[in-house]
Order: sequence, then C-alpha cells, then structure tokens
Amino acid sequence: MENQKSDILIAGVGGQGTILTGRIIASLAISEGLDVKTAETHGMAQRGGSVITHVRIGEKVYSPLIPQGDGDFLLSFEKLEALRWLPFLSPQGTVIVNTQELDPLPVLTGETEYSGGILEEIESKVGRLIAVDALSIDPVTKNARMVNTFLLGILATTMEFEKEKWLKVMEQEIKAKLVDINKQAFEAGWQFANK
Amino acid sequence: MEVKRVIMTGNEAIALGAYEAGVSVGCAYPGTPSTEILENLSRYEGVNCNWSANEKTALEEGIGASMEGARVLVAMKHVGVNVAADPLLTLSYTGVGGGLVLISADDPGMHSSQNEQDNRHYARFAKIPLLEPSDSEEARDYVGAALDLSEKFDTPVMLRSTTRISHSRSTLIPGKRQEHEVTGFTKNPAKYVMLPGFARLRHPIVEDRLVALEEEAEKSPLNRIEPGSKKMGVLCSGVAYNYAREALPDATFLKLGFSHPLPKKLVRKFASMVDEIIVVEELDPFFEEQLLAMHLDVPVRGKELFGLLGELGAEIIREKVLGQKIEPIEVREDIPGRPPVMCPGCSHRGVFHTLKKLKLNVMGDIGCYTLGALPPLTSIDSCVCMGASIGMALGMARANPQSAEKTVAVIGDSTFLHSGITPLLDAVYNEAPITVMILDNSTTAMTGHQEHPGTGSTLQGEPSSAVNLEGLCASLGVKRVQAVDAFDLKELRSTIKSELEAKETSVVIVRRPCVFLLTEFDAPFWVDEDLCTACEACIKLGCPALSMKGEAAKINSTICTACGLCEQLCRFDAIRPAAEKEGVK
Repeated sequence: MENQKSDILIAGVGGQGTILTGRIIASLAISEGLDVKTAETHGMAQRGGSVITHVRIGEKVYSPLIPQGDGDFLLSFEKLEALRWLPFLSPQGTVIVNTQELDPLPVLTGETEYSGGILEEIESKVGRLIAVDALSIDPVTKNARMVNTFLLGILATTMEFEKEKWLKVMEQEIKAKLVDINKQAFEAGWQFANK
Repeated sequence: MEVKRVIMTGNEAIALGAYEAGVSVGCAYPGTPSTEILENLSRYEGVNCNWSANEKTALEEGIGASMEGARVLVAMKHVGVNVAADPLLTLSYTGVGGGLVLISADDPGMHSSQNEQDNRHYARFAKIPLLEPSDSEEARDYVGAALDLSEKFDTPVMLRSTTRISHSRSTLIPGKRQEHEVTGFTKNPAKYVMLPGFARLRHPIVEDRLVALEEEAEKSPLNRIEPGSKKMGVLCSGVAYNYAREALPDATFLKLGFSHPLPKKLVRKFASMVDEIIVVEELDPFFEEQLLAMHLDVPVRGKELFGLLGELGAEIIREKVLGQKIEPIEVREDIPGRPPVMCPGCSHRGVFHTLKKLKLNVMGDIGCYTLGALPPLTSIDSCVCMGASIGMALGMARANPQSAEKTVAVIGDSTFLHSGITPLLDAVYNEAPITVMILDNSTTAMTGHQEHPGTGSTLQGEPSSAVNLEGLCASLGVKRVQAVDAFDLKELRSTIKSELEAKETSVVIVRRPCVFLLTEFDAPFWVDEDLCTACEACIKLGCPALSMKGEAAKINSTICTACGLCEQLCRFDAIRPAAEKEGVK
C-alpha cells in the first residue's frame, strides 16, 4: 500500500458495529506504520439511525472525512444503507454488502416501501459488487452481531495485511468473551471471498 | 524504549492531555460530542472526576478546584457553555489558581444538537485565549499548552473541539504525566471577590492581559506559516485546516492553533507573502471579520465562497476555491430515510402514544424522548434547551390560563435535575396549574447512559446518594406528585387526564428503567394472525419490532422485549404473550 491511499466507508444501522470495525482496520494500519484517520457517528443517530464510519489510510492523511466520490471501499452491513452512502464511493470502487434488509421505521409503519432493485442499481454504478446474505453463513447464523467482522473478513482479502495480523488486532480490540466468535466470523468472510 | 504510535479519538486525546499535564480535577455534564472526555479522564489514576448536575455547576466546581491550586479540566458541549456562561464571564475577571481549561465541543452540522452556534465567539466575549486543535495529537498537546497559558496569564483558557475532532481518530505517541502540586487556597479578596469595587480593578487587568496574550500568540508555536505558492494564502484553524490542506496542497497556509486573540502581526506578515487570502472556517466569519477590520493590502474571501452553514469538507473547498466540481455517483432520490428511533422496549413510547391520543400540546425537552416529535408518535410541539419544557408550559398558562388544561411539559430525569427544578419552583410559587411529566428512566440515555444525581451511582460506578424525585418535588411545594408505570397505558391516560383537570401544579413521574440498562426480558409477544384485523392500532406505537406487511401485524421476535404496550392496544386479542404460545403447542 506504499504511496497509496485507501479510503474505506463502513455503513450500517446504529448498533451494528461500524465504529468497532473502523477501529480494527485503523489499529492494524497504524501497527503497519501507516497514517490513519477515522470519523465516526456518535449520539442521536446511534438510536437505530443511519450511521457511517470513515477510515482513511495512507502515508499521510489530512482530512478524517472521505470526500464524496473518493471512497475505494464501501462496507455496508445493510442493503439500503449501501445505496444511501454510494455517492461517497468512487465509480471504480468496491461495494461489499450484507443483503439483509432492516426496515427503517417509515417502512415498518407502511408510510413508504423498502427500495427494490438495490443490488442491480449498485452493480451498474460501481467497479465491483460483492453481495452476500451474511446471516445465512456460520457463525453469523448463530449471532447476527457478527455481520461486521464477517464482512471485514471479505474486505481483508482485498487489502495487503496478513490474516494473522488481522486476527491479532481483533484480540486487542474486541472484548475477551467475544473474541473467538468474531475471529470465526472473520475467518468465514475470508473463506467466502477466496471461494 | 520502543516509541509506539497509538490511535485515539479527539476526546480520548483530550483526556490523555489532561492526565499528562497533571490535571487532578475534572468536571462535566454529558453532552454529544463532549461526553467521552470525562469518562476517559476518570479512568486515570490521580484525577478526581465527577459528573455535575449541569455545566454551570461543573464550571463552578472547576473554579473552586483551581482556587485550591489544582489543574482543572471542565468539559461540555457547545450549548453547555451557554449554561456555564455566567461563571465563565466573571471567571475571566478573577483569573485562576491552578490552570483551568474549558473544553467546548461544538457540533457544526448539528449531528446531535439543537443548534450549531460557533463558540469561538465566547472566547472573544469572555476575553480569554482560544486554542483550536486540528487532530487528536494536537488535542492532546493543546490541553497542556492551555494549562500553561492559563497559569502564565492568570486566565481560564477555552479549547474548542468540534464533532470531527472529538469523534475522529488519529495517531499520537502517549507521554508521561507531569505531576502538578495542589498548593492550597490563598485568600485574596481583591482577586476573587467580585464586588463592584474589586471588579472595577480587575477589568483593566483583563484588558491588559488580552494585549499580552496577543503578543504571546504572535510567537506561539501553535501558530505557523506553512510556505507554498504565493498566489493563494489560506488562513484556517481546527479541522478545517486538514480539509484545506488536502484540497489545496500548493497554497501558503497560516494555521492558527492559538486563535484568539488574533496574532495581527503574524497575519500581516502572512498577507505580505500572498496575493490573496482565503479564510477557511466553518460556521461564522470569526477570522474573516477580524481580517477585514485590519484593512490588509490583499483581498480576503471566505464566507462568500463557503457560506455560513454546517460542516466543510475537502470536496467543498476544491469546488468553491478551485472550481473542481466532482460528479459523485447519482442514486435515486426516493431512498426511505432512516431516522433515529426509540428502541424496542423504550419506556417513552407509551407516553407519547398517549399524549397524541389525548391531542395535547406538549412542551418537550432535550433527550431521547425528543424523538417523540417524529412520526408516527408526532406528539412533541417544542424543543429548545435543557429544562425549557416546564418554563414554557408555565408561560403558556400565564398567557392563556385555559391552555393549562391541554398542555403538558415532558422532561427526562437527568434533564430535570440539570435545569428543570427551578422552573418547577416558578410554577408552584406562582400557583400555575400546569402538568409536568418527569420521564424517569434512571439514566442519561441519549449521550450513552451516564449516571446522574438520581441514579444512586457516581461516574466511577461507586454507590452514592440518589435524589428522591417525589420528595424533591414535594419539598418545592408541589402537592400533587404521583408516580405511574410507563408500561401501564390505562393508568397513564387516566392520571394525565386527572392532573390536567387539577387546578394546581402537578407532577407525574413516569417510571421504567431505560431498556439499555436491562439484560433480561420476558419472551417476545406474537401475533395470532387469525385474530389480527390489520387495524394498525399497534403500528401507531412506532416500535421497530412491529410491522405491517400483508394481512396481519408482525412482531420481530429477535428485538421484541415484551414491554406489552402493543398487547394493551390490540382490541382483538391478537397479540399474545409467549407463554401462551408454548401452552398452545
């Protein structure tokens, strides 16, 4: 990754773990001697709202925010959120999306409908789309909170850090009792991408 | 020794900076984006921290600690400084004992705030120095610099963060703590007792101090010129520096870290090096107006390019300054919004459902319950500032006595203790027949579940005295005080109706712990589709666990906490507790 920047957007619904995922990527990048900045969503939006974490990696990073149209990767833990944050991605960028649909309140109450044709629209507008129903894959089937580390496992295969280093950083960043299942989810994502 | 860079948020870095600089007292009231500063500071050894009832008491506690000789950090969100402004503006006159840094965490873009006021004005207003870090490393460093300035110039110092500093992560190398001795209080009435006679003697000291501070800013390493192209000079501070540095790599920069008082000689030197100055600042033209008043020989532009609203970003600067408009991927416009919502099992939901049914005017306040303004609950009619609900209901009753029969004030427990007690005192003292509902969920929920004087626990989780809300209200003179269960819709409705009819001030305490504080729930409810008529009565609760798809309501069993509100609303007995389902099987 020398002389190269990597701008990663992590989208989801408040509570899905965008901040933790960003922290894992950022910690690994600095341990590899790179500069990193992140920007996170805290506060009101964490109550089930749309949330985004920006992670920027490079030799020298200035702005913590990824400018619109600049993102290299969009990791989305929910399908609609991938569409919402797409303008931040470069047209050559890669989208990795969990195809799970979490209905926002206006959809639950019948005020509006969940958008159709999302994956087709994304595929037509970006360099690469990796869409996966994370909840159908072990160990995410057992614990839906592992969506984030599963998708991280997929993203990790496109980056230059060794798998062991990812696993080591997860040990540092994740609560002890949840480390094992998160590592399994990461491993499942890694395997999925290499299939 | 291995030098290891670590990554942390601006808030974590501010706490680290305070620890390293020998701060031994920290006070705050939670408020996004400032909350985690005190939470982090409290974890360091040798720093005595406490949550305060509000920002004013936090600063006053800080002043006392400073007079005793301690180095002090007081933290709050931008609107918190409004609450603390009273002590702040006179603290400027008295000066300090041990160094005192006031952290103001502003929220351009209003990610989690009711306004986007630019608190740099407070530094000018109070005639105190202002430091503006642009990333976590500077945030750490500037806390120490602020405390040094505070002691050298006998002044409080404001350190202004913004959401993109506080909640961004960047790298730094942690240092060691420099212990600061708490020397003890020395009596000095002429300095600390601001009677008019003494205050008149302090004011010239404040004005002289400002002149001396400007000289200090001229030579401060926190202010620097970064040479580049002569064609364009960029003057900036805070996170805007990083946006501009990315967007305009060739320009000559004047980066202001110690930004008030403005180092005018340095600005003139900078002006002499460039053909024009672009001022890149979020919100108000704080620097731009000062530069224009200097009548520099080069043109100065800023707000005509960027406007006065919200946050900046590298792409905005590229577009406005260089004309490089990007064309981001266009997506359809009709994407359903995803507003924040009250959680499944939230103790506020039933209250707002009831208030809507009763078609009342609802004076709201600041907290998770402000979400009661959004569809489908749509039942809050005002939100201004902490504690405003009660005073506004009183004002309505003053203007129109009949209004009290159809108006309630709703306020959370933490907000009530922050600044709801005094307007309630006004109401009872002035015999106003208003109805106040204290929504007591036993925490400061929106900011991330902090303790407060009513929870029986301190910032550090130690047991402490918990205020008794019924007793407190009674002691103010409120005769009609009662508590109801937030999950009992029938009782809630009848209590509100009877209190609205009452001809004196009444308080209804609606009680249930925040769902976040609970770990175990009864098994989820389920919908008997044969009985469901799709009347949508339950859907009007706006519960994320409930949906209407097809012929019947559905309950999402993975998130239902069995609060039972929807069961109470169903007139067809279609919503059933889980135990029964087991039995049926």
